[in-house]
Amino acid sequence: MSQNVIPGSGGTDAYDINGRKAAEAQPVIPLSQKSYEDGQPRMGFFTDTTVCIGCKACEVACKEWNDVPALPFELTGNSYDNTGALGANSWRHVAFIEQRKPIRVQDSGLEALGMPPSEDEFRWLMSSDVCKHCTNAPCLDVCPTGSLFRTEFGTVVVQEDVCNGCGYCVPACPFGVLDQREDDGRVWKCTLCYDRTKDGLEPACAQACPTNSIQYGPLDELREKANGRLEMLVEAGVTDARLYGADEEGYGMGAFFLLLDDPEVYGMPPDPEVVTRKFASLWGPAAAAAGAMALGIAAAFIGGAR
Amino acid sequence: MTVDRPDLSVSRDSGDDYPSYYGRPVIKEPVWSWEIPWYFFTGGLAGASSCLGFVAGLTGNRWLGRTARLVSLGAATASPILLISDLGRPDRFYNMLRVFKPTSPMSVGTWVLSSFGAASGIAAATDVLGILPRLGRVAEGLAALLGPALSTYTAVLVADTSVPVWHEARRELPLVFAGSSAASAGAAAIILAPAESGTPARRLLVGGAAVEVAASKAMKRNLGKLSEPYEKEEAGRYEKLSTALTIAGAATVAFAERRRKWTALGGALTLAGAAAKRWSIFKAGFQSARDPEYTLKHQRERLARRSTEGRRTETFGGNGRAT
Repeated sequence: MSQNVIPGSGGTDAYDINGRKAAEAQPVIPLSQKSYEDGQPRMGFFTDTTVCIGCKACEVACKEWNDVPALPFELTGNSYDNTGALGANSWRHVAFIEQRKPIRVQDSGLEALGMPPSEDEFRWLMSSDVCKHCTNAPCLDVCPTGSLFRTEFGTVVVQEDVCNGCGYCVPACPFGVLDQREDDGRVWKCTLCYDRTKDGLEPACAQACPTNSIQYGPLDELREKANGRLEMLVEAGVTDARLYGADEEGYGMGAFFLLLDDPEVYGMPPDPEVVTRKFASLWGPAAAAAGAMALGIAAAFIGGAR
Repeated sequence: MTVDRPDLSVSRDSGDDYPSYYGRPVIKEPVWSWEIPWYFFTGGLAGASSCLGFVAGLTGNRWLGRTARLVSLGAATASPILLISDLGRPDRFYNMLRVFKPTSPMSVGTWVLSSFGAASGIAAATDVLGILPRLGRVAEGLAALLGPALSTYTAVLVADTSVPVWHEARRELPLVFAGSSAASAGAAAIILAPAESGTPARRLLVGGAAVEVAASKAMKRNLGKLSEPYEKEEAGRYEKLSTALTIAGAATVAFAERRRKWTALGGALTLAGAAAKRWSIFKAGFQSARDPEYTLKHQRERLARRSTEGRRTETFGGNGRAT
């Protein structure tokens, strides 16, 4: 079996995430790699939210390693989430969602201890969000200084010695990842621990994650792993499970997720777009309008130049 | 024993009729401040004025030509000051000049504005000092060529973002900016040039104002539900103000003929209307970014449309598995 084929994919191919029948010999996920150096595969994150326990070790480890400033102490009232969102000073953000839905395939063990069985259906979703290190990154496209660049690992990083705080990447990002640090003026985001990955280490969040919810590695291997995990969950009856951002034909992400509900429940856009790659519909109307303006100005002189 | 527990049935969607994460925004609001809408105004004015000055010069209307060129130079001088002061690190503005990136409208704009500023500076200097007439003409032609680009690229700049009310207006926004720029160039020339040489400027004002109002209307119609942010809160107030001022200004100028006081008043109203238009568009972007409804519902509807059209149905909205 070739390495790119999902193990066990025979008749069922339940994890062909493109929604197509895939032949056994074909890779079921397009694995177009973007990297500058031969032999260096594109690296990324697979965040399996089904095993996230909401410990926030990733948030802490990220802050510690990257020297990210603390947030002002604030209680949001939104479950255990007091980080709120990704931003200049939070590069990992653990979301907490409380739902009236049954947890499947899980036994609390409480009945064995003589406690009454739970009358309510209740589940907690937890998910550690991060910069998606997009295949076609709008932030990188719009950056006018070249401060944002793509590394040899295929990740997207801000060079803080170049950024002049123009802020263009902030509204360009479809995930609301980048933000300006107020007392600093520059824009900051997850570097996928570029300083660590260059030395062959895994990013701080992945290393700190106690349940392996955050996994770091070559993207094609992670995708394969994710497909296997999805298959396992589906077979176990977890029909809510779905992959978000693992599909290179859709919106390609270097950091993708296994979710248990719609992406917007976790605060992620259901259909992100690479807005910056629509050259014709962006510049075409502007060229037409510019031409119309020039003609209009010339026409103002028809019938008397004074 | 049953314990009273909070009703969690709505926690998934914060009480709205669409799911979201506690009603929090999905995208970030821009971090740009007041300098940016004013730059959209000065940049538009500078670009259209250079064009007006150039054509006036060709047709022998020297006073109108000189006035428009000076307006253009003044607005082109204010523009980079506004832009640099908005930067998080103004002392690093020159990093804009280390690359040219066609994928970044801001990079394209940096180079358009820089060359435009240099060209209109040379044109105005040679004209006022009466030296190097040939260099002056070349510079003036270059500025007139870059002018329309300067007036309209700022529409691409905001449209090239994930802010839905900007991005989805990408087809109409440039025409709004072009009309508004043309009207303001006519207005500034009317106020400053002698009345007897101002007829083309008056025509330009009326025509530009008509395009500005009509294109805004078309834009909002095509945006459908996404036009809401343009109609409410601060953006809505600026939008109403802009339409009223622009129509009043154009009407005043149209009926005032060459009565100087009235044309100047009409010009001032039109300029204010053009500035209010940029503020309305600017604020609408912030308002829509702040409210996840515009990001999420728009994307959900797009997914639904795609699935009824029979194209890729399994995307992020699906469960990621084969069906």
